[in-house]
Amino acid sequence: MRRLDVLVCSGTACVSSGSTEVKESLAQALADSDLRSEVRILETGCMGPCELGPVMMIYPEGTFYVKVSPDDVQEIVEEHFLKGRPVRRLLWEGVAPALKEVPFFARQHKLVLANCGIINPERIEEYIARGGYEALARAVSEMSPEQVISEVSASGLRGRGGAGFPAGKKWELMRNANGSPKYIVCNADEGDPGAFMDRAVLEGDPHAVIEGMAVAAYAVGAQRGFVYVRAEYPLAISRLEEAVGQARRMGLLGDSILETDFSFDIELRMGAGAFVCGEETALIASIEGKRGEPRPRPPFPTESGLWGCPTMINNVETLACVRHVVVGGADKFASVGTETSKGTKVFALAGQIRNTGLVEVPMGISLRELVMEVGGGVPEGRNLKAVQIGGPSGGCLPEKLLDVPVDYESLGEHGAIMGSGGVIVLDDTACMVNVAKFFLEFTADESCGKCVPCRVGTSTMLDILSRIVAGQGTEADVPRLKELAESIKMGSLCGLGQTAPNPVLSTLRYFPEEYEAHIADRACPAGVCPDLVHYLVLVDQCRACDRCRQVCPTGAAQGAPGTPPYHIEDELCIRCGACVEACPFDAIIVKPGRKG
Amino acid sequence: MITLEIAGRQVQAEPGQTILEAAESAGIHIPTLCNLKGLSPRGACRICLVEVTTWRGKLVPSCATSVEEGMKVVAHSARLRELRRTILELLFAERNHICAVCVSNGSCELQDLACELGMDHVRYPYRFPGLNMDASHGKYVVDHNRCVLCGRCVRACSEVEGAMTWGFSRRGVDTLVATDVGSPWVDSKTCTECGKCVEACPTGALLDKRTSVAEQEKDPEVLSQVTERRPRV
Repeated sequence: MRRLDVLVCSGTACVSSGSTEVKESLAQALADSDLRSEVRILETGCMGPCELGPVMMIYPEGTFYVKVSPDDVQEIVEEHFLKGRPVRRLLWEGVAPALKEVPFFARQHKLVLANCGIINPERIEEYIARGGYEALARAVSEMSPEQVISEVSASGLRGRGGAGFPAGKKWELMRNANGSPKYIVCNADEGDPGAFMDRAVLEGDPHAVIEGMAVAAYAVGAQRGFVYVRAEYPLAISRLEEAVGQARRMGLLGDSILETDFSFDIELRMGAGAFVCGEETALIASIEGKRGEPRPRPPFPTESGLWGCPTMINNVETLACVRHVVVGGADKFASVGTETSKGTKVFALAGQIRNTGLVEVPMGISLRELVMEVGGGVPEGRNLKAVQIGGPSGGCLPEKLLDVPVDYESLGEHGAIMGSGGVIVLDDTACMVNVAKFFLEFTADESCGKCVPCRVGTSTMLDILSRIVAGQGTEADVPRLKELAESIKMGSLCGLGQTAPNPVLSTLRYFPEEYEAHIADRACPAGVCPDLVHYLVLVDQCRACDRCRQVCPTGAAQGAPGTPPYHIEDELCIRCGACVEACPFDAIIVKPGRKG
Repeated sequence: MITLEIAGRQVQAEPGQTILEAAESAGIHIPTLCNLKGLSPRGACRICLVEVTTWRGKLVPSCATSVEEGMKVVAHSARLRELRRTILELLFAERNHICAVCVSNGSCELQDLACELGMDHVRYPYRFPGLNMDASHGKYVVDHNRCVLCGRCVRACSEVEGAMTWGFSRRGVDTLVATDVGSPWVDSKTCTECGKCVEACPTGALLDKRTSVAEQEKDPEVLSQVTERRPRV
């Protein structure tokens, strides 16, 4: 008789930390202990706390194990499966099994991720058992396309790709567009550094996206759809391919869906990795086989998209919301969130935060709750400095703005954006000028080169920032950066350029003193920029143990064992930090400013 | 006919015409660079940006935006002048535009724009990238140091000549125009040596081998002359 279900996370993060090996040794151990009929292993999508992977959930009681290695498997089988005693050292912060009390899970509101980590994404039956394809069935059999659109409009659902365009409005424009055939595209070209929510949905619940596309196709009158997904997401691609095949075999895609006269099918298109191809007109060019470059809008894709035909592009997460709008109703969907931002939003938490991973929270939650409660705050002994939200198009909000509600308008007012949902937490070891430079390096590198403001402007801004962090900044640099940023925002052709200066503008707005320190004092207050710091041995603390000299790769740490103090030869020092880490007496410090 | 307002004047236009076409036929001048009559619009250089007040002040490239009934277009303002000048300065800073030693000195659209927009100095650091030239072809030379990446050669080659020799390679500030996906021009299997790319080029980036400083004259109108004589399909 089956008594236990073991759900092993097989999202990309857990796979890369070894969940496949864990699963295999678990299967072997179950066979060895003759438990195969009693314990079942199931592979699921992402469960959320990626940093703690590989993770597994054991039902019915809901025991959650983290950082499981193949070496732990024997103990789990013997202690837990045979004797009924959970292995305490593998539990999340020692908590068992009242997982709901862990704020990471308690504060979340899972809608888009409702099935992720619960079902086996490679089995359509499990999706259907959890209410899957009910929205499609209802739409095609009980609702007119107009009713579907008015439901989506009433729900207040907005595009989750970043710009937040009202989904119902887009669907209506598409429904009324002249021309045929009409195409639907799912934009799965997730490219923000540190963002992986679309990947998790595609890997963990691919049918939710397929169902959303089918409902959208029915509503707007499209017969063909494409999923434009990054080739760097092989697991998402294989699960999506599998899911499309299953849906076809079940009559949920293809001709005469659910025996109605509605026909719709989906093809996959792999992106070659250019960030700009997430921009809808560049995405269209890429699907058409052209160079991935945006073109001016209007005409918008709903008027003239793929091969000149009306084309509607929705983000993965937007499409995954659709089934909840149709089945639960617009009112229920809209009951979560704020006046202008309805429903939930998935965020990828990264940076200096305890619970790195994927979370879904109601819109309108404050940044503080998101970072401090769900995310668990910054690690012990560190201080939160800023939260970078919205990826390379977003901004850095300082600690004092943590009470800003997470919704499209509030974030925009303060110089950040919702974006696709990347949240990078920065502590006091982060240099804000360097952070701005990091994001600008990304956008300058990813600029397609078509329009002048983005192509030359971002590179010029990057040159200025590089000079500042190298200690060659001048007083004219800050006003020049601001001027240039405004011109790039105004003049660029597509969203990439129009938002690329945001990380610089928001750090200039909230951390002007750091720019000032780099330029006027030639000092990096956070001790990050190599040209604007120096290493110093604290004479009283040095015990002449010689460890610094042994690890120093350039011979900069000098001294004789037993005769303190040692010293760091500034000319030779490359600021690698190896000596600081090696010193057992905390005698070496990084001091802002140049030596002397 | 459509009625719209450009630069404070009532203008009549055919449906499907661009703002730039409507403005030109009404005698209103809007500066351009990547646009060339006879080729499809690209909207890339951003010099011809205008402000559409009826679209909440959105800035659009007049070469690539169709007219609309009741549209109100600001073609000249302090903000637009400043933006156009900044863009032009960025172009001058991007590569090595030194008029005094250029074959196109005196017949260069970039130079003309600088005069027109009153760009007397560049506020941004010059990049001086030191790019290669390709003089392998028997008749023509491409000097990437003078290229503004307007794409007129690319469009002339594919849309008018149909050879599709020219394209773009790499991206961002490293973008280059390239013959046959980056092989030397002389090795091109597709080039017909028609020279339309040279005529279309607004600067001295594409030149005739027989020309020296200030000798290269361009005749970009040849493109529209060819396309206008073609029967409509």
